[in-house]
Amino acid sequence: MITVQEIEKLANLARIRLEEDEKVSLTKEIDSILTYIDQIKKATVDVDFTPIPGAVHNIFRDDIPTSTSSTDRENILNEAPYREGDFVAVKKIIEQDVDL
Amino acid sequence: MIDLSTLTIKKAHDEMKSGKYSAVMLASAYLKEIENKNKEINAYLEVYNDVIEQAKEADKRFENGTDTILTGIPFAIKDNILIKGRIASSASKILENYHATYDATVIKKLKDAGVVFMGRTNMDEFAMGGSTENSAFVITKNPHDISRVAGGSSGGSAAAVAMDSALASLGSDTGGSIRQPASFCGLVGLKSTYGRVSRYGVMSMGSSLDQIGPFSKTVTDTEIIYNTIKGQDINDSTTISEKTYTSKEIKNKPVVGVPRHFLGGDGIKKEVLENFNQSLEKLKKLGYEIMDITLPNIAQSLAVYYVIMPAEVSSNLSRFDSVRFGLHKDGKDGIDDYFVTRGAGFGKEARRRILLGTYVLSSGYYDAYYNRANAVRRILIEDFVKAFEKVDIIVTPTTPDTAFKIGEKTSDPVAMYLEDIFTVTANLTGMPAISIPSGNLNVEGKELPLGLQITARHGEEDLLFRVGKEFLGE
Repeated sequence: MITVQEIEKLANLARIRLEEDEKVSLTKEIDSILTYIDQIKKATVDVDFTPIPGAVHNIFRDDIPTSTSSTDRENILNEAPYREGDFVAVKKIIEQDVDL
Repeated sequence: MIDLSTLTIKKAHDEMKSGKYSAVMLASAYLKEIENKNKEINAYLEVYNDVIEQAKEADKRFENGTDTILTGIPFAIKDNILIKGRIASSASKILENYHATYDATVIKKLKDAGVVFMGRTNMDEFAMGGSTENSAFVITKNPHDISRVAGGSSGGSAAAVAMDSALASLGSDTGGSIRQPASFCGLVGLKSTYGRVSRYGVMSMGSSLDQIGPFSKTVTDTEIIYNTIKGQDINDSTTISEKTYTSKEIKNKPVVGVPRHFLGGDGIKKEVLENFNQSLEKLKKLGYEIMDITLPNIAQSLAVYYVIMPAEVSSNLSRFDSVRFGLHKDGKDGIDDYFVTRGAGFGKEARRRILLGTYVLSSGYYDAYYNRANAVRRILIEDFVKAFEKVDIIVTPTTPDTAFKIGEKTSDPVAMYLEDIFTVTANLTGMPAISIPSGNLNVEGKELPLGLQITARHGEEDLLFRVGKEFLGE
């Protein structure tokens, strides 16, 4: 059985705030899903995890800088909830000035 | 009056080409259907206000001879595919006001072909669900019976075509999200080979599973759209070339495999199985040889899917940070903004899957769930490869039942997940699969469509089209 504390730990890892009643309902829901997916433990699996060099593989390309038009840059920046000039603005993350 | 109910892409193209009607007239006819029906069906989240302008551009192409087979064809687009300058929200509050800053590759290809975009369609939030009931905004109803769901997650794209408010549409399919709503709405729906269609500019859900594909009324139309949107893309390194897979030459009729051992469970409705047997009879009459096959690990596929998919979901949705784009809710500090925004912006099912994914990927459970699921996925692929040594296509029903009632499965996530039982295998194996209409079932006085799912070897979409056309008499 998954506990409310475990749900809280997962929510913390996933950076999601949950209401108290949802934490409780999630224990039941996640439990029922885990009961269902537990059947994968029944399958006989004796293969190793080494990837098979198959048809689908990584494709690399050169990292060539492309110029973005100023309109595109404006459009991208305008999607940010807060911007200051050409920067995306966030709350101050340093608690106090540090003496160097 | 243009008869939209019998219209196909080829027919519309020929009639616009010959001047019987213009792209503007065609688009106007579809807009009228939207006006009449969308309030009740909720296929569209937004109908674009420049449809007529787009159609005028298409008419110019007919005049100057630069038209293609898709010029002037009205399309509806799932809300998780980016069209530059337009809102793309994935039916989520976290992206409610997000404007796409570039075109998805599939959109660029459709724009080059001259299609007319009617609007963006409703879906389960971030494509997570089988009914569109997980949309943050509205529930799409099934045009065949408005007390029932249109399926999901691409339910809006299916309903838009089924209610004759677009001639075709695009959806995305991670575990059946094109094929299941196609089946529920009486349409053709295709999930192509993994990597065949670029996903650049499409919101990621399960990156080892996702494919973009069309909805249409005929296999011929599906083939036309597929041939337009497929292809290798420098911006999506998972795309494959024509040569990645070698096709097996099939001299006579393809041999049809049936995993009979997987079709006997309690989960499948008796009438659905009867309909499936009728489809097999039809294939026999058309000269196909039918053969029973065994896929030893197929019963595990849904469980494997519900480990791998949430794991990938939890990673993909970590990008929503309330800083660069999307919703921002204020918390007490920077990190708290993150918690508050994600808690408020994601819907219930998204939160549930993110937590489940976090669980299966967390230290201590990683081997038992995620690694094991990947190992079972591998032996599942081997099962299919082995089966395809004896047969050329594998058929099953697309879904275990007809479209269900709105609200019927919302309280039980596992019951909803079981909707995907026949469809997830194609996403796990990467093989192409198509759902084609296989007749109707009369339920409570309403004719509800059923679908036949055909799966082929990697890269053999053309075989799916060939069999599908023969089956439907196209």
